[in-house]
Amino acid sequence: MKRPGVYLAAAVLVLLVLAAVAPHLFTAQDPLAVDSARTLKPPGAGHLLGTDENGRDVFSRIVYGTRTSLLLGFGAIAIALTFGGLLGLAAGLGNRLVENVIMRISDIGLAFPELLLALVVITVAGGGTSNALLAIGVAGIPGYARLVRAQTLTIRGSSYVEAAHALGLSAPRVVFRHVLPNAVKPVLILATIGVGSALVAGSALSFLGLGTPPPEPEWGSMLSTARNFISRAWWYGVFPGAAITLTVISVTVVGRALRLRSEGKSW
Amino acid sequence: MTITSILRLVGWRLLAGVGVLWGAATLTFLVLHFTPGDPAQAIVGGENAAPTPEVIAQVTAEYGLDQPWYLQYLDHLWRIVRGDLGTSYRLHTPVTQAIGEQAAATVELALAAAVIGLALALAVAVATAKRRRWIRGLAAGSELVVASTPTFWLGIVLLTVFSFGLRLFPATGSHGLASLVLPALALALPIAGVLGHVLREALEEVLDEPFIVSARTRGLADLTVRLRHALRHALMPLVTMTGYWVGALLGGAVITETLFTRQGIGRLLISAVNAKDLPVVLGVVLLSAWIYVLVNLVVDLLYLAIDPRLRPVAGVRPVAKGVS
Repeated sequence: MKRPGVYLAAAVLVLLVLAAVAPHLFTAQDPLAVDSARTLKPPGAGHLLGTDENGRDVFSRIVYGTRTSLLLGFGAIAIALTFGGLLGLAAGLGNRLVENVIMRISDIGLAFPELLLALVVITVAGGGTSNALLAIGVAGIPGYARLVRAQTLTIRGSSYVEAAHALGLSAPRVVFRHVLPNAVKPVLILATIGVGSALVAGSALSFLGLGTPPPEPEWGSMLSTARNFISRAWWYGVFPGAAITLTVISVTVVGRALRLRSEGKSW
Repeated sequence: MTITSILRLVGWRLLAGVGVLWGAATLTFLVLHFTPGDPAQAIVGGENAAPTPEVIAQVTAEYGLDQPWYLQYLDHLWRIVRGDLGTSYRLHTPVTQAIGEQAAATVELALAAAVIGLALALAVAVATAKRRRWIRGLAAGSELVVASTPTFWLGIVLLTVFSFGLRLFPATGSHGLASLVLPALALALPIAGVLGHVLREALEEVLDEPFIVSARTRGLADLTVRLRHALRHALMPLVTMTGYWVGALLGGAVITETLFTRQGIGRLLISAVNAKDLPVVLGVVLLSAWIYVLVNLVVDLLYLAIDPRLRPVAGVRPVAKGVS
């Protein structure tokens, strides 16, 4: 146990994934159950983290919101990684024309801040959870295309790929057996850290009223409503955001540890 | 190093910048052109308006919507070159005017946040790099927490404590210095966390260099060594990340302005997104791309000023920066 923090972060991630898969294991309360007699109650017995403006249990809404929030983070990165990865691979392996076209287009994409690019997608396609996921995924494509291309170029110039060519292996075989697996690992590790910022971007869209619509529980969307009750119910605005921050910290700590280990440094 | 080689380098950078601007303008054309729905209908007031066929025909002719796509594309580019970003579907005013009216508030917020973020990152990094283990641990831990905190939650926490709890600052509005403090902090802190982390790691690496040891043996004070010798080198990765923090400031301004009910381009953008007011959305996005290109151009030139190794030498190709 060199770094207890890394194990702690990994444990938090396991709990989060468990909460996303089986939220009923963590709370017996219904996240949608309205109780007009108990609105905006502070944390206490019965309601661990208090209640919201409709008397719904904040803790159970955070637990049930895990699924949507994690889905936004992981789903968006999956889209960015898949399409960015394919483009980056094509740019790294293709001829100069292919490389130039892909990289100049990704240069243009990179000139737009990701959140603003996502807002363009939302304006055209409309809001909602799946569109928010799509929007953030699309906004992330240029960055990953660039990353995977750089990785592919490094590997293409490496001695083991040269050796594979010299042994007479066919080009597709070299790409799929040697280049792709070696390019994927470091990129996947960086993508782990990217999940955190994608999750923040996703809940930011919900916070702006453009992602997951109420009453479905989602951390950013909870904060969007909580904003109107800051003066009366601090717990309502504080705990859902703490869940986001804790998740991002855990993802970052685990991602950094994985990166250090893959670089052969101690963690 | 000759003047012409520097000019040539600057020229290439300018050309690349213009290329990105052209690409960005093309992208806005594609979005406008391929978004489902009749643009003429959107111009006269959206789905709920019931214009007569004559009005539709008039608008179609006025905006050249009956022209072939390549003429519309050239017209689109020409308008942008002349500084015309179109007319808002919702406000029925020129997009440049709508943005211009909101610009000052956003510039104020972004500049304040940039100054706070940079000052914090510099102060923490210079004070804690290569210090005792627990000091570095504390700095690294705070950077991680702050960098992982979303602006919209940080803002809510700041409002809870300083506005509604201690009643030190107003919760909303954009008048006066007091109303700028909390929004600027909410926008600055996450960025400061990221910048501080990068800067501290760079500084720790530089402080191991032989020229630092030599400076110390000359009897220079620790703070002098850090500020005058190490910082200059450690600033490079920070400059490389300019794209990141410009994007973070612009994206974060959207959230901060919404949370604190401030005037600004971010609020304008969100109401435009909600009203499907494409010209305003694309105008703001195009503007942010221009800012990005401009800032990066300045940064590229700053590189030449900070690091003499990058300056072209007659007959030698300049060293490429980073992975391009």
